[in-house]
Amino acid sequence: MAKIIDFQTDPSEYRHWRVDYNGDVANLIMDVDENGGLFDGYQLKLNSYDLGVDIELADIVQRMRFEHPEVKVVVMQSGKDKVFCAGANIRMLGGAEHAHKVNFCKFTNETRNTFEAAEKDSGQKYVAAVKGACAGGGYELALACNHIILTDDSNSAVALPEVPLLAVLPGTGGLTRVTDKRKVRRDLADVFCAMEEGVRGKRAQDWNLVDEVVPNSKFDATVAERAKEFAAATPSKAAKGITLNALKRDIAEDAVHYSLVEVALDRAGRKVTITLNGPDGDVPASVDDLVAQGDQSYLLRLARELDDAILHLRNNEKDLGLWVIRTQGDAEAVLAHEALLLANKDHWLANEILQYWKRVLKRVDVTSRSLVALVEHGSCFAGVLAELLWAVDRTYMMEDEFEGDNRPMAQITLSEANFGTYPMGNDLTRLETRFLGAPEQVTDLKSHIGEQIEAERAEDLGLVTYILDDIDWDDEIRIFMEERASFSPDAMTGMEANLRFAGPETMETRIFGRLTAWQNWIFQRPNAVGPDGALQRYGTGVRGDYNMQRV
Amino acid sequence: MLDLINVSYDTQIPNNVGLSSDKRVLKALEKWHPGYINWWSDLIPDNFQQSLVYLRTAVSVDPKGWAKFDYVKMPEYRWGILLAPQVEDRRIPCGEHAGQPAWQEVPGEYRNLLKRLIVIQGDTEPASVEQQRFLGLTAPSLYDMRNLFQVNVEEGRHLWAMVYLLQKYFGKDGREEADDLLRRSSGSEEAPRMLGAFNEETPDWLSFFMFTYFTDRDGKMQLESLAQSGFDPLSRTCRFMLTEEAHHMFVGETGVGRTIQRTCEVMNAHGITDPYDINKIRDLGVIDLPTIQKKLNLHYTLSLDLFGQEVSTNAANAFNAGIKGRYMESRIDDDHKLTNDTYTVWDLEDGKVVQKQVPALTAINMRLRDDYTRDAAGGVGRWNKIIEKAGIEFEMKLPHESFHRQIGVFAGHNFDPDGNPLSGADYDAKVNDWLPTHADGDFIQSLMKPVYEPGQYASWISPPKVGIDNKPGDFEYVKLHMA
Repeated sequence: MAKIIDFQTDPSEYRHWRVDYNGDVANLIMDVDENGGLFDGYQLKLNSYDLGVDIELADIVQRMRFEHPEVKVVVMQSGKDKVFCAGANIRMLGGAEHAHKVNFCKFTNETRNTFEAAEKDSGQKYVAAVKGACAGGGYELALACNHIILTDDSNSAVALPEVPLLAVLPGTGGLTRVTDKRKVRRDLADVFCAMEEGVRGKRAQDWNLVDEVVPNSKFDATVAERAKEFAAATPSKAAKGITLNALKRDIAEDAVHYSLVEVALDRAGRKVTITLNGPDGDVPASVDDLVAQGDQSYLLRLARELDDAILHLRNNEKDLGLWVIRTQGDAEAVLAHEALLLANKDHWLANEILQYWKRVLKRVDVTSRSLVALVEHGSCFAGVLAELLWAVDRTYMMEDEFEGDNRPMAQITLSEANFGTYPMGNDLTRLETRFLGAPEQVTDLKSHIGEQIEAERAEDLGLVTYILDDIDWDDEIRIFMEERASFSPDAMTGMEANLRFAGPETMETRIFGRLTAWQNWIFQRPNAVGPDGALQRYGTGVRGDYNMQRV
Repeated sequence: MLDLINVSYDTQIPNNVGLSSDKRVLKALEKWHPGYINWWSDLIPDNFQQSLVYLRTAVSVDPKGWAKFDYVKMPEYRWGILLAPQVEDRRIPCGEHAGQPAWQEVPGEYRNLLKRLIVIQGDTEPASVEQQRFLGLTAPSLYDMRNLFQVNVEEGRHLWAMVYLLQKYFGKDGREEADDLLRRSSGSEEAPRMLGAFNEETPDWLSFFMFTYFTDRDGKMQLESLAQSGFDPLSRTCRFMLTEEAHHMFVGETGVGRTIQRTCEVMNAHGITDPYDINKIRDLGVIDLPTIQKKLNLHYTLSLDLFGQEVSTNAANAFNAGIKGRYMESRIDDDHKLTNDTYTVWDLEDGKVVQKQVPALTAINMRLRDDYTRDAAGGVGRWNKIIEKAGIEFEMKLPHESFHRQIGVFAGHNFDPDGNPLSGADYDAKVNDWLPTHADGDFIQSLMKPVYEPGQYASWISPPKVGIDNKPGDFEYVKLHMA
């Protein structure tokens, strides 16, 4: 296998970012190490980034929430002169295989969404302080911040030069945020996205590409002042956070072991079985107890392990196209852990854990693997874990007793959290999305909160795809898996991505659906990636040789 | 009657699949069996249901003694579930998986393809029973009546065999398909049988013999190719079905042969030498040879249609997947993958019948049909021997493949039985010489008078050379129940 991409890191290992914590304001400084690329063959010049840079950023954003709840404003800025960020590294993109480009874009998109949502979810506002060139993925970083300040030094500009320069799209949310978030008029957006040099100064503000333009001489002072103002306007949550220690993880040839998550790899069957285990410790008696448990509290530990497993499998096990998700454990205990969080959702840590689950579940939603959940005897699909049943493409549930199986009867339990705590990217709950044509079904399901729903009932309520008894279970599951593994992975990805997101579009679904799909199409086209395409020719002084046929 | 409440499946159903310990199939069969018995009871006239029929029952798969003969009431027939013995280390014989161990379980990748093949095969089995349901009323002898019922109960057993596979290996879907096999019925407007040829009633005994000779032979060829399947349980099921199918071929071939024999004998006895002296021959209560040829033309061409399109991607997929082989696949000397081979098929170009080369993989149907034609020609030769021996100048012939076709490249075009293209007008002018007319049907029907005395035969058919199970000529094959 090629080198394993590890999504776990910590501040002692950062090469590209540093954070200065000053009370309720943190300065997040991008200072990419040119020679610190994840792979050989390119240098990360001009604060350009690759996946490794983004893994650090994601770690920072996550730690900001859990380890630094005192921070209310994060000022993103450059540690280099004359450049804020030049975007994704072009040589890296030019040299990367298609699958890596796609995975890279997905992860960077998820990271952008994550810090963009930090203001609403966690009371942490990201401010981009842009000085120097801010192009492509660099501007997309700024776009995902909640406030953009641009220096008016007659030189610094924001730009999305991908189209004219590279024949690809600003695919990390750029095109979408310009129109959907910044609400730039579409004809001006067209002008902006087709120009290489970008927009400077007052015009950038007039077009709403940035929130404010500040004279260069006053830039640093204004940024600091603005950070203070924003911080002052945000209520305090906590003075001290918890520590996110390294996960207990053991990557073996055919398995990945965590404390609560077991990942079994079946390479011949091209599938992965992910088992989430129920609580192995007592429910925290109070939120103070929850804080005292820190990163060891059940739902936080489980979320971190599942999150890491998803990222590991997505990036390092691309041939395993089917993920089988199962749970084992005490459903009542899962509900009790969740109930503590729900009862204290105004508490910063309880809130962070719930928000984190929202993000992890969204990661499941946009994972381009066939997903199936098995509700077996002894399983604990309850509350937050029940969300997985409707995140996956199909759900199979055991019906009646199985010979020689004395585990508790398979059942599903809904909690109030299934009705709004973990919305999908389309801003609907998974149940609302599932029952798009029958909203009354969702209302009806509310009356079943807390009920232990066994197979036949679960089928009646539309919560599972198939219920199968002892006689049929093994064979039906095996045949489904074999069939699934035999289909074209491309067709599966396309089909699943289309079926999973019924209902309204949001900026998020537009990024993961429309923008990403177009970008991935372009990433397959010779105009971009062919031997004479723009990505290969970049830096040679010769423009890409385009096939001029419109498709 | 069978005690439906207390069915002891191991004693009531001869089987070599460990039925009594197979919860899955037992549960499924318990639900399916009553429907089957209802289907059977509704089908055959009641007095025949109550009659004692001298039937063979498959009780094991031992080639030396797989069946036993005894009197049995048909609803009490023990429809067994029997698979040919497992061949050790059997390999997938063809296609992209050739050489890999045969599948003992359904490969998920081909589940739907396999299921469809089994359902289509299964659908034909009860269909023929439905088509032949009234023939007992006009049986030319108890011997023939017994043969009819033998064929019927064995087609019933073949339905069981397919239902077993569906219930054993295809889970919920399989059980639904098994139920639908009983829901569809031949000629029904609501839910007809899947293949057109199986929705036509078998109106008379000559049709029955022609059907068993020609159409059951298509079934035999399908079974032969499924017997090559890489899905081992299907292969084993079909291999055993073929042992019974041989009797059906026999009933057809000897039935037509005895009809011809009788015609020749009567012609000779009355000094008629011209086989085309039709009215004179008919007046003697036998069926003239040209009319038998017309029946042959009809049934042979209808059966050719069952093989489907000459060039077929479905057949190619099934072969390449290794779930359906060619006739005698293991004896064919090639790579069994057909990646670069070609095969000669008929085609039409500018209204002319031509032969051309196409990729062999897409011509699997055509190849099986050619094997069928060769197989079918054998009996025709033996019929001609009977005519020759009687000194009559007449020769039965299989018509050209282009004649009277509804499926394939020749469909919608007119040809004579020698394969010459014709205008519509020319075809209409001659078609009554080639295919049976309603008047022919009326005549044959007029001969269909039951003969229920042991050892007696209707006017139009000769007795068999030997009895079933070596029974003497006056053996009472069916003890009729007289209500």
